[in-house]
Amino acid sequence: MTLTRFMTKNAFRNKRRSLLTVLSISFSLLLLTLMMTIWRSFYIDQGAPESAERLITRHRVSLTIFLPRFYRDKIRALPGVVGVVPMTWFGGRYKDDKPENFFAQFATDPGEYLKIYTDKAVPPEQMEAWQRDRAGAMVDVELAKKHGWKLGDRIVLKGTIFEVNPELTIRAMYTAPRPNNALYFHMTYLEEAVPWYKGQTGFFSTRVASPEAVAQVSREVDEMFRNSPQPTKTESEKAFQLGFVAMLGNVKAFILSICMAVVFAILLVSGNTMAMSIRERVREVALLETLGFTRGTILGLFVGEAVMLSLLGGLLGVLFASGVVQLLTRSPMGVGLTQGMHVTIPTQVVALMIAALVGFVSAFVPAYHASRVNIVEGLRHVG
Amino acid sequence: MPIPISYNIRNLRLRKGLTIMTALGIALTVTTAIFLMALLAGLKRAFVTSGEPLNVLVLRKGSEAELTGGFESATLQTLKYLPGIAQDNRGEPIASGELVVVIVLPRRDGTGEVNVTVRGMAPVGIELRPKVRLAQGRWFTPGQREVVVSSSIHKRFSGADLGDELQFGKGPWKVVGIFDAGGTAYESEIWGDVNQMASDFDRQGGFSSAYLRATDPVAADALKNRVSEDQRLKLDGVLETEYYAEQTKSGRPIRFVGFIVAIIMAIGSSFAAMNTMYAAVAYRGREIATLRVIGFSRPSILTSFVLESLLLSLIGAMIGIILMLPFNGMTTGTSNQVTFSEVVFSLRMTPAVVVTAICFAVLMGLFGGLAPAWHAARQDIIAALRS
Repeated sequence: MTLTRFMTKNAFRNKRRSLLTVLSISFSLLLLTLMMTIWRSFYIDQGAPESAERLITRHRVSLTIFLPRFYRDKIRALPGVVGVVPMTWFGGRYKDDKPENFFAQFATDPGEYLKIYTDKAVPPEQMEAWQRDRAGAMVDVELAKKHGWKLGDRIVLKGTIFEVNPELTIRAMYTAPRPNNALYFHMTYLEEAVPWYKGQTGFFSTRVASPEAVAQVSREVDEMFRNSPQPTKTESEKAFQLGFVAMLGNVKAFILSICMAVVFAILLVSGNTMAMSIRERVREVALLETLGFTRGTILGLFVGEAVMLSLLGGLLGVLFASGVVQLLTRSPMGVGLTQGMHVTIPTQVVALMIAALVGFVSAFVPAYHASRVNIVEGLRHVG
Repeated sequence: MPIPISYNIRNLRLRKGLTIMTALGIALTVTTAIFLMALLAGLKRAFVTSGEPLNVLVLRKGSEAELTGGFESATLQTLKYLPGIAQDNRGEPIASGELVVVIVLPRRDGTGEVNVTVRGMAPVGIELRPKVRLAQGRWFTPGQREVVVSSSIHKRFSGADLGDELQFGKGPWKVVGIFDAGGTAYESEIWGDVNQMASDFDRQGGFSSAYLRATDPVAADALKNRVSEDQRLKLDGVLETEYYAEQTKSGRPIRFVGFIVAIIMAIGSSFAAMNTMYAAVAYRGREIATLRVIGFSRPSILTSFVLESLLLSLIGAMIGIILMLPFNGMTTGTSNQVTFSEVVFSLRMTPAVVVTAICFAVLMGLFGGLAPAWHAARQDIIAALRS
């Protein structure tokens, strides 16, 4: 019998206890992986390469104040700009106020939209059909699937910001590497229905030639409108999205404190189990020592056993996490923030490393004590 | 006959290390749950207490928030003389046409910029909100570029001290006073003269909303209906209390995340508690058999072990509550999904939150304790005595 096999046998000598420990650790690790995934997608992930080339220009004071449409040509004239498209958040209701029926709706210019958002793929004939029909809409394939829409279906949105209820025909469906469950329709349609919206837009989305041009162009845009009645704020698409995350409050501290609580919880659970199982084996330890095993080996055996259990829990947790993240990205409550989130391999590796480390630390103290037990006393010990 | 509870207490004390570690695990879960619930309770309070039952808020028809509303200022003259509006001591109707905009301010601690609501109002607007009290300085003077900020804005943003100048709109605004909003949604606002604001934000001749004070609750209801039903006005009237109750939905993302986190942690802790209880049962195989021989019935053994698990989880709940106490009253902010601006609120460990947390811990104890207790009660007496 090799030492590894001995260790494995010991780890599962009390099957129920090992199972409960592994399950308990796996739920903690699930949460930890989830938090790390959220952290990554908010603060580390730079998004699609196309996203790095896009800028969002909005009113300096607030996203809720509109910008004049003529800014579009001024921005387009700047060096390094590939294209500009005006976008307006429509914020309408579909069917009812239930969160599962919520999805993003934008009024935009179909002629240029797909030149800016090159990561969205649409069959050419559908694109043409959308551009031709003023009351036409383009929707995310995933959104269409969810609501059971087909090309040519008519849907009605109820305006909340704009006093109009657009009746739209679905003309095109796009697939995006990261589905955003949105609907796009002609801004001219909105303009005709809402007089005060004429010549206005919520924000501009600009594509620049290279990611390096982003900083330069944003500065130039803001500089150009600095002293106009409608000053602008331009930032990269990622920074713009992060602005929404920041609105949720101190998310960083929130995630960090949950992670701390979770790690501490695994430490307790794993430490508890090891303390229990080592206490039962004082006599065995003494026996092993009489057989000639060194203290180091015994220590290694116990620590290895704990690491094995917590790694197993970690593995399960990481697997569960992938499933939960899948569910979250489809949930209506995520409201766009969770879109495109997925558990990456580095995140999984880090989670497993944390699991192993916690297992190691938690077993060390009880195992050290066990390995130091006096042989004679150990043999006499009544467990 | 039931087994005395002191038996369980002594057992927990006997294995101190194990008890404390398990209880701490449960405590961590309880702490997280309390934290999230206290956040939501604070948020809810900020909205629920904001409305005055006699105030009727007038918005553009179809609009759900002041920010997306808007109507011509001439309309206010019609509104002012509707029946049922209370009058101040000079015989003027208590009605305020207001302008609401959202501006960006840098946080004092340098962690970025946040949207803040700026409200322009008539001087009578202050009278419409009796819960709001002046803490320092004075109220703004009509016709001057002066603002009064809420105490939490004063604390959280730079340039919001008495005598400072805040930069927004077309130039500087002098901070002349700090008000205490008493935990209402106004806790996140900056107030100034409506006419000055309108010219700064190019909104002359229009209001975002109007506030009307009714003479009594019946008049408030009638006023609300009259405004909504008048075809010429194209406006909606809502009771201020109803308006704010609707906005509590801003807490939905927190509730959603909080729910998932609490459930996952609770399942994890339940397994840990189960482990501890199984160990407790295993250690006491002979003891349990002895108890049976003496004459204690299976149900009483089952109850005793479930009680022990409950006791363990209650200790956890107590530690959790104590761990959370220092955070009670801590203020934080989230965005209001209706106005896109920041709502400031404080963590509130209300009795309801504490009771829910204890129930939550009890559930964990039950879930963790039932199976081991069942196992203990079903043990074969003879085999256990021999082991």
